[in-house]
Amino acid sequence: MSQEWITTIAYLAWLVGAACFVLGLHQMNSPATARDGNRLSASGMAIAVVATLGWLVLRPGGLSAAAWIVIVVGFAIGGGAGLYAARNVKMTAMPQLVSLFNAVGGGAAALVATSDFIRLSSTGADLSTTIFVVLGAVIGSITFSGSLIAGGKLQGLIAGKPIQVPGGRAVTMAIAVVALLGTVALVLGSAGTLSLNGGAAVLVLAVVVAAGLVFGVTMVLPIGGADMPVVISLLNSFTGTAAAMAGFVIQNPVLIISGALVGASGGILTKLMADAMNRSVINIIAGGFGGAEGTMAAVSGAGGSVREISADDAAIQLAYAQHVIVVPGYGLAVAQAQHQVRELAELLESRGVDVKYAIHPVAGRMPGHMNVLLAEANVPYPQLKEMEEINPEFDRADVALVVGANDVTNPAARRPGSPVSGMPILDVDHAKSIIVIKRSMGRGYAGIDNELYTDPKTGMLFADAKDGLQSLVAAVKAV
Amino acid sequence: MSPELLNSLAIFALAILVGFEVISKVPATLHTPLMSGANSIHGIVLVGAMLIAADANDPLGYLLAFVAMVFGAMNVVGGYVVTDRMLQMFRKKPVAAKATAGPEGAAGSAGAPGA
Repeated sequence: MSQEWITTIAYLAWLVGAACFVLGLHQMNSPATARDGNRLSASGMAIAVVATLGWLVLRPGGLSAAAWIVIVVGFAIGGGAGLYAARNVKMTAMPQLVSLFNAVGGGAAALVATSDFIRLSSTGADLSTTIFVVLGAVIGSITFSGSLIAGGKLQGLIAGKPIQVPGGRAVTMAIAVVALLGTVALVLGSAGTLSLNGGAAVLVLAVVVAAGLVFGVTMVLPIGGADMPVVISLLNSFTGTAAAMAGFVIQNPVLIISGALVGASGGILTKLMADAMNRSVINIIAGGFGGAEGTMAAVSGAGGSVREISADDAAIQLAYAQHVIVVPGYGLAVAQAQHQVRELAELLESRGVDVKYAIHPVAGRMPGHMNVLLAEANVPYPQLKEMEEINPEFDRADVALVVGANDVTNPAARRPGSPVSGMPILDVDHAKSIIVIKRSMGRGYAGIDNELYTDPKTGMLFADAKDGLQSLVAAVKAV
Repeated sequence: MSPELLNSLAIFALAILVGFEVISKVPATLHTPLMSGANSIHGIVLVGAMLIAADANDPLGYLLAFVAMVFGAMNVVGGYVVTDRMLQMFRKKPVAAKATAGPEGAAGSAGAPGA
């Protein structure tokens, strides 16, 4: 085969891969076709990777031994680690794993751009390449450090509450200025206006990358944990853009197409997510939750007395109710109590109680997270009700059983002046009676007290979600 | 600008428009899997990592390419597997599963008063 043919075939294979990504992503819009869509996208990836390897081997000069080792060993280590983590992660920890994968993706994009620049630095990269290198390196390093921080917040390695960076806005601005100056220097250098030799240019790029890494940290730290899903989605979109920039640097069409695809669709998805939480992306990035600490103190000061309830009392309320709405939250996910909640619900149904689940859009840690967990426990899909659908029904619910949910039930969100103000909540306080299973009076992600718990209608059953539900099941059986 | 760059810019612009259109009205349930799916797609930088590994000519170049390979492969493999695991949960449940679970619960409550 002539070289021209080989290149043509590789190029066409890349296009097929890119087409698979587009079609796969589109299929993921609907639950019925989503899994096939993901598989189609994975096949596209396999085609693109195999075509690249074939093209590299068959082109004049082929692949050096060192390059083979780098490619094979690197793929084995990274792929093995990714496979292991993806297979073994608990469903509850999935969001932070996605964030970690996003981080390494951004890191890879930054490395590809940087590495190509270093290779070209001896001869001097041209103007357009330099611009794309800087963009790819900066965006990639922001997503790398930003996603690690976001994942760390979700994992609890870093406090979920907003952390104010010392110096705050001034530091962030200073870093941005450093990155901008570095970029200008590199661009002028490549245009020949500024005399920068190869080594100096690489050094300036290193400073720009470092500024990007710090910027990612200072950007995400002040944002509260409750907004992390939107932040991760935004960073996901950034990584796509960084991949596209890397594609310009190494002049590869599949990187440009796929990167632009993810950059744009990720942006749309970020907006959809923010809309579902009644937040604006700009607000989240600019200050996030609870920017004013004074209001937090004021709200948490307004405590009342809490009524404790025993499992037996709770069981009697549930067993003789007609309509029960279960509100599952992160506590249920952490305790892996999805099977127990399903058992309790089936037990109640067998006694003629009508049971529904109220799923807040961000129940768990991410949109859709709770649906996944309950589906895993074989909860019938029609019983899962989304927020808009279930909220009017709380008025006629005899008992609302809140299992490990906190901020999404806080009536304080309806008033201005609270860190959760404006967040859509489940109208749990409209139910005739409320039972809350919770380990302690600990605060939720927003870091404020929940007024629901001090409501006179509310009985608190202090227990781990799993233990609490098990004792409820036993008590209902004994009624 | 070179014709190649202009072509690439055209491809880039069109791909952005496709990206805007491809996501339509998604139920909130699918937001997380969809994000995860898009996350796997930008793992395409793996191809970029392979290309820079092939072009590397000094130890630093190989080192950077190696780290990029590890990162990219982790993004691709982990991303698709974890997305598939999430979507696996959305498969239609066989009706039999609920039918067997129902009587069990009923039997449990019927037998309980004696205990």
